[in-house]
Amino acid sequence: MEHEDAIKEWDLVIEPQHSLLDLNLKDVWRYRDLLWLLVKRDFVSFYKQTILGPLWFFIQPLFTTIIFTFIFGNLAGLSTDGLPQPLFYMAGITAWNYFADCLTKTSTVFKDNANIFGKVYFPRLIMPLSIVVSNLVRFGVQMLLFFLMMAYYAYTGGSFTPNAYVLLSPMLILLMALLGLGLGLVITALTTKYRDLAFLITFGVQLMMYGTTVIYPLSAAPAKYRALIELNPMTGIIEAFRYGFLGQGEFTVSSFGYSVAFTLLALLLGVVIFNKTEKTFVDTV
Amino acid sequence: MGNTAIKVENLSKIYRLGEIGTGTISRDMERWFKTKVLKQEDPFLKIGETNDRADKGTSDIVYSLRDINFEIEQGDAVGIIGRNGAGKSTLLKILSRVTTPTTGRINIKGRVASLLEVGTGFHPELTGRENIYLNGAILGMRKREIDRKLDEIIDFSGVERYIDTPVKRYSSGMYVRLAFAVAAHLESEILIVDEVLAVGDAEFQKKCLGKMGEVSKGEGRTVLFVSHNMAAVQSLCNSGVLLSEGKLILQSNVADVINDYNKVSRYFDIDFESFSNEHINLMKIYCLDELGLQRDTFSMDESFDIVLEFDKKSDLQKSYLHILIKDEYDTVIIEFDSLNWKENIFSTDKQGLITIKLRIIERLLNRGEFNISIGLSSDLLPSFQIISISNIYCFQITNGLFQRDLTKKSISSYVPNERIYFQEIESQ
Repeated sequence: MEHEDAIKEWDLVIEPQHSLLDLNLKDVWRYRDLLWLLVKRDFVSFYKQTILGPLWFFIQPLFTTIIFTFIFGNLAGLSTDGLPQPLFYMAGITAWNYFADCLTKTSTVFKDNANIFGKVYFPRLIMPLSIVVSNLVRFGVQMLLFFLMMAYYAYTGGSFTPNAYVLLSPMLILLMALLGLGLGLVITALTTKYRDLAFLITFGVQLMMYGTTVIYPLSAAPAKYRALIELNPMTGIIEAFRYGFLGQGEFTVSSFGYSVAFTLLALLLGVVIFNKTEKTFVDTV
Repeated sequence: MGNTAIKVENLSKIYRLGEIGTGTISRDMERWFKTKVLKQEDPFLKIGETNDRADKGTSDIVYSLRDINFEIEQGDAVGIIGRNGAGKSTLLKILSRVTTPTTGRINIKGRVASLLEVGTGFHPELTGRENIYLNGAILGMRKREIDRKLDEIIDFSGVERYIDTPVKRYSSGMYVRLAFAVAAHLESEILIVDEVLAVGDAEFQKKCLGKMGEVSKGEGRTVLFVSHNMAAVQSLCNSGVLLSEGKLILQSNVADVINDYNKVSRYFDIDFESFSNEHINLMKIYCLDELGLQRDTFSMDESFDIVLEFDKKSDLQKSYLHILIKDEYDTVIIEFDSLNWKENIFSTDKQGLITIKLRIIERLLNRGEFNISIGLSSDLLPSFQIISISNIYCFQITNGLFQRDLTKKSISSYVPNERIYFQEIESQ
């Protein structure tokens, strides 16, 4: 009761404890201009003093696709469910890159911004959110490349057939973003105490990529590892992504539901841990 | 109650020694094993923490702030002063919501803008204009608020010509000007400022001080100002809060608080044991005013003595003392050298206590903060140097009747020798 009165009379009350679920989203909304300015900063600073500028967004996925096609498609001869190999890899890489970028960049948010966080208050959640949105720009550019490739294969008669599930893609993109964000938040909160995890993350993300259906379709996965691959929450998302755009892949409600549930859980856990850490991280970093 | 802007109740902040992680999981486990299982001393206790070894048995807790209570009225300009480690920065950090208190509560009425640093979040690749937006948003401004004030900010910064140039091409002075300009245009009822004014040239410092004065006096905003620079505190603030070892000592008008601050003599902070060797032992260093009272802040119109007490333990000859007075930027303002003295006690073989008084005459030094460094050298020693101690003591000069151009730190760098009294020997 006393607390309620205090809130009314004062504009701001600084207290030691907040409830775990007090996520302070109102403040996040109030600082939304900062979010856009941070996104703009990321984008502008990315291509300043480069010759190719935003073209670099294309180059990385393009070359990865070429190398994957060469190694996994031609040398190893892995199945691509009958899809044109570059198109198959491109779909996987585009989706995976977005998730992986969100995850790795979010996972160092405390460490990278220790200086700013130690000097100014703003809702800390703005920082990781801006990362997710910045990467969305990058993802958009890569999707453009993917569409160009689809157009090329449609013209030359490659065998793929988009279907109605393509309408799920905004949802899939959101899932990838939130999953990367949630896991990243957990990791960044833990890295304020344990720097070890920072090393684990680059390695772990790479490992996770081979543990999901980026370079092979789920249908080609050996039976005894299949369950393990399906346990990876990205598997359901990538398969649905490929199924929608290219018509090949395994979309099941259960695996999609699993991905959604996993994402929401990771996000909730991430935000709660992040908010808890944010309060005192200046003292421990 | 109606006019209270900030109300601090029972505020404490505790830092736990040693319990902050060591940085890696394996080390944390090693520590846990050694301290909890083998009952050994903590192998990762940091050097700074050993200061508290004496009471380590009873607790491993350090109070950075302890039961602080105070209220600040709307429109006040409050100087928060205290020695290093008094808890000033912790208080500011809590007020700026960078960290949270351990217990207690702060109630604030009005929007808070805090400047623990200028230019937080500036990105070197972005232009001045882009950085104004970014920095403004980090400090809590909305975009349209910045739009409205953009011209004013650019004008205040005085870097108009470079506003569309990336800030990495700026000189550091221009950088700071731009950064302060953004901060100065924050619309907030409460402004919290750390020692950000220690940057920029004299002209710009004056402009900043002027702007802050304008903010508190003219616009009726509340200003909290933390500084070691008593001169700045005196000219800006009308009331003060004195902290010492995490506790609130006094909240009163600014003159009383500065006075009290000076009473807690600074030489107690010095660990004199480390300044001795087999030849000589520095025992005390302090300043005396004309009434013989120990102080370390003087007005420009006062003369005072810097007193040094040595215990000379060897009969080393051909040695001489030099004393440097430096300003806060480490520029030597005055150098005293015992070679020029009428009688150089250090070059004789006498042993015992030596007291040296250096008279600083009135209107010799300009206002500001000054550090004393001392050195003792001997021609007979292969290493030449006996002791060399930099920035051992610090005193401040505040405004006198007349203000002077801040760019000049002293009237002249030449000090007539006869103004120096020295060398009183008491043989043991």
